[in-house]
Amino acid sequence: MLRVFLAALLCAWLPAALQAQETAPGPAPDLQAILQQHQAEIAKPSRRTVGPAIEALAGSGLPGVPAFLEDWQNKEIYVREADGLFFRIDGSGDTVALLDLTTGETVAEDVPTDGLDQIKPNGGVRRVISEALVQFQLSDPDIDRRRDALDAIARNLDPDQLGPLRGSIAGEPDPALRLRKERLANYLVARFGDSTEARVAAIEALATDSSVDGRAVLSQILDTSVEVAQEVPDDVNLARVLEPGTDLPREEAYALMREAADLPPVLDPSGIRGLLETHVEGGKVGGLPIARLATRSGRLLAYDGLAAEGLVPERATPATVDAALASWTIYEAYDEEDSAVTDAARAANDSVQTRVAAGQAADLALDAVSLASIYFLAAIGLAITFGVMGVINMAHGEFIMMGAYTGYVVQLFIENYTVSLVVALPLAFAITFAAGVAMERLVIRWLYDRPLETLLATFGVSIALQQLAKNIFGTQARPLTSPGWLDGAWVINDVIQISYIRIAIFVLALLFLGLLLFILKRTRLGLEVRAVTQNPRMAASMGINPDRIKMMTFGLGSGIAGIAGVAIGLYAKVTSEMGSDYIVQSFMTVVVGGVGNVWGTLAGATLIGFLQKGIEFFNPSNTLAAQTYMILFIILFIQFRPKGIVALKGRAAGD
Amino acid sequence: MTRGFLAQNPSILWFIGLLGLFTLGVTVLSEAYGTAVLSTSFVKTLGKTLCLCLVAIAMDVVWGYCGILSLGHFAFFGIGGYAIGMWLMYARTEAIVTENLAAAVIPPTEAEVSDAIASQIFGVVGASEFPAIWAFAHSLPLQLAMVVLVPGLLALVFGWLAFRSRVTGVYLSILTQAMTLALSLYLFQNDSGLRGNNGLSGLQNIPGFEATPQSQISIAFFWASALALALGYVLFAWVVSGKMGSVIRAIRDDEARVRFLGYHVESYKLFVFTLTAVVSGIAGALYYPQAGIINPAEIAPIASIYLAVWVAIGGRGRLYGAVLGTVFVTLLSSWFTGGGAPDIDLGIYTIQWTDWWLVLLGLSFVAVTLFAPQGLGGLVDKLVRKS
Repeated sequence: MLRVFLAALLCAWLPAALQAQETAPGPAPDLQAILQQHQAEIAKPSRRTVGPAIEALAGSGLPGVPAFLEDWQNKEIYVREADGLFFRIDGSGDTVALLDLTTGETVAEDVPTDGLDQIKPNGGVRRVISEALVQFQLSDPDIDRRRDALDAIARNLDPDQLGPLRGSIAGEPDPALRLRKERLANYLVARFGDSTEARVAAIEALATDSSVDGRAVLSQILDTSVEVAQEVPDDVNLARVLEPGTDLPREEAYALMREAADLPPVLDPSGIRGLLETHVEGGKVGGLPIARLATRSGRLLAYDGLAAEGLVPERATPATVDAALASWTIYEAYDEEDSAVTDAARAANDSVQTRVAAGQAADLALDAVSLASIYFLAAIGLAITFGVMGVINMAHGEFIMMGAYTGYVVQLFIENYTVSLVVALPLAFAITFAAGVAMERLVIRWLYDRPLETLLATFGVSIALQQLAKNIFGTQARPLTSPGWLDGAWVINDVIQISYIRIAIFVLALLFLGLLLFILKRTRLGLEVRAVTQNPRMAASMGINPDRIKMMTFGLGSGIAGIAGVAIGLYAKVTSEMGSDYIVQSFMTVVVGGVGNVWGTLAGATLIGFLQKGIEFFNPSNTLAAQTYMILFIILFIQFRPKGIVALKGRAAGD
Repeated sequence: MTRGFLAQNPSILWFIGLLGLFTLGVTVLSEAYGTAVLSTSFVKTLGKTLCLCLVAIAMDVVWGYCGILSLGHFAFFGIGGYAIGMWLMYARTEAIVTENLAAAVIPPTEAEVSDAIASQIFGVVGASEFPAIWAFAHSLPLQLAMVVLVPGLLALVFGWLAFRSRVTGVYLSILTQAMTLALSLYLFQNDSGLRGNNGLSGLQNIPGFEATPQSQISIAFFWASALALALGYVLFAWVVSGKMGSVIRAIRDDEARVRFLGYHVESYKLFVFTLTAVVSGIAGALYYPQAGIINPAEIAPIASIYLAVWVAIGGRGRLYGAVLGTVFVTLLSSWFTGGGAPDIDLGIYTIQWTDWWLVLLGLSFVAVTLFAPQGLGGLVDKLVRKS
């Protein structure tokens, strides 16, 4: 297939190359000389006559031609009335300097503008000029200009551009741009190629192209229009026959038939009422008293009475609609007449759609992973305090908020966003660690045997902290700007892409997973934490100080919430209410995953992230609905696995 | 039996007596039937507070007596409000539409009237047809049944699922909070059929009483709220006294032991949970015609937590405690946030209570939980014991 494509390309390119060879040799004339040959067409250009002049210029191969064409287009070329020579000018006012077109040297100083005419090509001429310019831009030494020219072609595919585009492929030094040129040339062949074989070959090459442009080409080839006929004519390229009632609503089908044939209109209730109102005579309409018109059947009866008298037009009854739908066929016909081309395009389109669907699934999975890592970050601190210590901390969301505001305040003092981020992460940890330890010492310590009241007391702390943040920072959202290197997105192709911030959050989540596992499994503190979790009294009798361990654990969980706050603040706005947005989901994550287990939290976050994105996929316009259904699912899920996905077994599970 | 019941619960007579005196006092001072010392809007505030007291004693029964910290009772309250609000809005819009269409040359069909009402109500969310949940909105008795049935059924199904799988303690709290969040998120959608975040409005206009001034309507609702509160108080006092009350309190103190004694704990819990949900729905149905508007923000999980706060401050495990806490916190809150409290000038910083009230509330709530778990009711206990 590739060989066919290359052959097609070569065939199309050869004439262009030959043409170039024809014009290249010969005497090397001056630009001014060529211009003088076509003096009249250039000085007073019109769309019909300017063609040969531009061809001569484009064919001359002179270096100054593109610049001249551009200036000509921009009305910057002047003609001297005395001898008809063309110049650029320098300066403004009554007298100007004349510049030579080729060399740019000053030919004459202080020339009065009275003797000069500005050439003003009209819109049509300018379009012809810019088409000619494209081929120069396509081979321009400046890569940006070449790219712009390609963008211009891609925006508006035009068969005339095929020649210049192919001509420029061979000389293209940049491999990426060359690939793009070949691709564009292929698009042009697919849509406007001369022979069916060339087009089919080009279309087949598109089957592996899932870019937006490629898909647009295919869908343009597959453009259809809806037609109505009693019999489908033989000479149309039939796409499909539409069945009224299944493929399109019956009302619409009937309306289409009315365009093709003389059929009575279907009147809607308001139309009927309007006509009835104009024919009220002595309290009666069509022989019926007005009082009987309060039902739909009464109105139809009255209308039919009027119609029988010829006062109003016939209306379509359900029977006439049925008859019309039965005797007429509605079909979609391709605008493209060649069925071989449309068949190939349809096959290519199917394969592209499969690829796009796979790409979208991958994209969705990436989104889900990033959402899961956000939930994981938000919930992991809670998993430690709630899971390990059995303490419900309703102020956890406010610790997230404290972390985010720490990031914001650090940015106020440190201009460099990268540095401020590096400072903010440990600082947020330190501040929320301190806040967590303080809360544990002052409040939670007294409530270890009353878990429900911990919930209430920490809720009190939560509303106080939230209002405090509102008093200090105001109600409007504060920005937490990410460093420049986190801007933008990693674009894999037109379908799959993910922003760098989300990748960074994912990496951060992984780091924390590793760090926590390390602390819990490999350090003295972790050992003591696990011991206190499993049996506080036994741990105490082994010489572990449970008070200190609980304090440290709570501080750790809160500190991680602070860091999560910085991460969340980077991609969402920092407000005093951001904590309460995450608190319920965080609890869900912990409960679903299984309490007292880092892996459980990971499983819970993954489940919730994928679930939410999955539901959003089926109903993309409505994230609220996705959240609603997700919570309902979780409520049901807990029915079947009350201890979560990863349930602790044995005595450690407690009750 | 009745005598025994009242003798067991002397607080009932006290409560009803005080409530009666209060109602009488407000009526005498009202604009409609008295000296007009109290403005109509203040009468409405008092009436609303009585409804909040009713939902608070329901919360007290389910939490303070049965030990289920439900963070969903304000959702049941909101559902009751929505149920009555649907009828209020439908009937009022119907009256307006019928009046408009009466001028037409040809009498309107039923379909036309219904379409016109629907486009009036749902135009704001870009819809023009009645969703299925409005099927009974045309009828007051059916919609009143909804006030009771919808919260009751929801609580029954949710409670059955939760209690059956032995979800208890903080897990149950989180689960009820999730239910509340799901409900409020659902209602926030425009295509929920309940006007999204616009909510239902104009509920203070009672169809059929367009000519009656708001001052009289407000007093009527105040009486109704007071009556409902009195009945609710007696009902719950009856539920928590006697043998059933003992079982319920025993479940709070040690659920496993009650189960081992042969009681079917789940049935008791389900009964209490559902009954209190129904009463919450009724309280909501009385509250929102006085408030005039209901929207999904009212149902947000935070509202249910505040409910727990009132009960905790008033003192759990005693019905009058819930009433005390609700009245104390809501009135104090409106005094502070309404600009009634004087600002405190610290020289470098002026404490404005509209900003700092929530901080104070949060911290005092922590203090109450830590130092006075019995709440305001504990003070009453001390007084009673001294005398």
